[in-house]
Amino acid sequence: MPPLVIGIGNPARGDDAVGLRVVEALGLSDTVVEHDGEPASLIALWEDHEEVVLIDAVTSGADCGTVVEIDATSSMLPAGMCHSTHALGPAEAVELARALGKLPSRMTILGIEGGDYSFGAGLSIEVERAVDEVVRRVRLLRSTSAS
Amino acid sequence: MTEKTIKVDYLARVEGEGAMYVKMEEGKVVDLHFKIFEPPRFFEAFLRGRSFRDAPDITSRICGICPVAYQTSAVNAIEDAFGMVVPDSIRELRKLIYCGEWIESHALHVYMLHAPDFLGYESAIHMARDHPAIVERGLRLKKIGNDLLALIGGREIHPINPRTGGFFRAPTRSELEALVEDLQWAREAAVATTAWVAGFEFAPFEQDYEFVALSHPDEYAIVDGRIISNRGLDIAAQEWGDVFEERHVEWSNALHTVIKERGAFMTGPNARYSLGFEKLYPVAQQAARKAGLAETCSNPFKSIIVRSVEMVHACEEALQIIDRYAPPDRPFVPATPRPSVGHGVSEAPRGICYHRYEFDDDGLILDCQIVPPTSQNQLRIEEDLWSYVPQYADLPDDELQWQLEQAIRNYDPCISCATHFLKLTVERS
Repeated sequence: MPPLVIGIGNPARGDDAVGLRVVEALGLSDTVVEHDGEPASLIALWEDHEEVVLIDAVTSGADCGTVVEIDATSSMLPAGMCHSTHALGPAEAVELARALGKLPSRMTILGIEGGDYSFGAGLSIEVERAVDEVVRRVRLLRSTSAS
Repeated sequence: MTEKTIKVDYLARVEGEGAMYVKMEEGKVVDLHFKIFEPPRFFEAFLRGRSFRDAPDITSRICGICPVAYQTSAVNAIEDAFGMVVPDSIRELRKLIYCGEWIESHALHVYMLHAPDFLGYESAIHMARDHPAIVERGLRLKKIGNDLLALIGGREIHPINPRTGGFFRAPTRSELEALVEDLQWAREAAVATTAWVAGFEFAPFEQDYEFVALSHPDEYAIVDGRIISNRGLDIAAQEWGDVFEERHVEWSNALHTVIKERGAFMTGPNARYSLGFEKLYPVAQQAARKAGLAETCSNPFKSIIVRSVEMVHACEEALQIIDRYAPPDRPFVPATPRPSVGHGVSEAPRGICYHRYEFDDDGLILDCQIVPPTSQNQLRIEEDLWSYVPQYADLPDDELQWQLEQAIRNYDPCISCATHFLKLTVERS
């Protein structure tokens, strides 16, 4: 079974939409899905999967468009890493799942540093340019998993 | 002279960005601000020049936790402006989707944001390590609320199905029946939640509040109603501007809403409960009584019990609506724009959400006003802090800060909505 790829984002909040854009580029399917980041349904979504790849915009202070790959299986995520307009977002969902023993055996996060999360803004040029790189990495993760 | 300042630059476990500043001299509070610094979002300006059709969709974007409140108040105002009357079958569906929002929003606040305060955890994640079964119960409750919202709304965070006059598509009976088993579990889980939170320790803090909530002759008001208070207020949404006003204060990006004649008031769970106890379903009243809650609740810390009682009510309401559900003949009533002004209110999980729109003859928005519940509670939060701080003035700064943050979280403030949230600064001298 290929890993479940989950692109997270809010289409109306600038660079926060990047997870959705990557899913669009990969093509929606049973194992490539969009999600808005709501933690309860996010945890339920990955519950039956051994391997999960999460794609989301992140805020770490790096240059806009920087792509980071994080193995969330082995260590805790830095607090406040995933961008969310809610009190609980995807990063909290991952840590809640870890505390509850509901984390898949393998969880990789592909984070794209966002710059502009303002309402109604499109993707920044730097984030738009990073989409191809993320798509390439997802394909690589899927092929490694299949082999 | 001992001077002390407590500053919290970013309040945790609240929706959005806010801060708190407290200055004390000789153990007395001399200055205090609850600040909302999330940038203003200008929704009222975005809406000008747009069609009435856009208002429910655009305003639902104000909040990912309570989009249904914005949509409902928007359509109520538009329908008021155009003289539309929707049949009961559509109003029932509006109540049903709103129940989903109450369940998911209250479950989020009770379990993930507020309970950690009482149990001494920094966050729900820390709490989950020691109390996994409880946190799982909270997550499942929240998910059931979201599922109900998604089924009727088309998706869970910003529903797309509600429209002026009703819905684009009404769900079938069998689609709703699929949720019955989960909702029955949720009702029992909400009763268990009420018993669980009733066991917490509560600060003995009560204030003489003016409670403001919606009132409906036959129901615990959610989707519409008259605006009433325990000080004799009883007005229609159309009279909002006669009684309430919004004031700008320099330390906050959110306007303070006050009653012109009397100032601060409280909206939200404690207000609804204290003004509407007799309208709650018996199963919810019974849960409240077992929890030791009187029919009026003037302790804001006990709002966690009230939210749990309201979850019981919302689950029961949803089950009863589904039980008698027959799809409306037509999912919406068509709108005929006219030059007009309309007002709409509904009970968001955090309190009253008021909208006013002025339209031209094509139904384009000339002007609008949106008053979220957190702006209404802002001054009340500050007044609670003025009374609360002196009781804990001798505590070390970090413990005082913990107490004060808790006093703010009692209101489940949604700063993203109000900004138009939290840093804490305490200065002592």
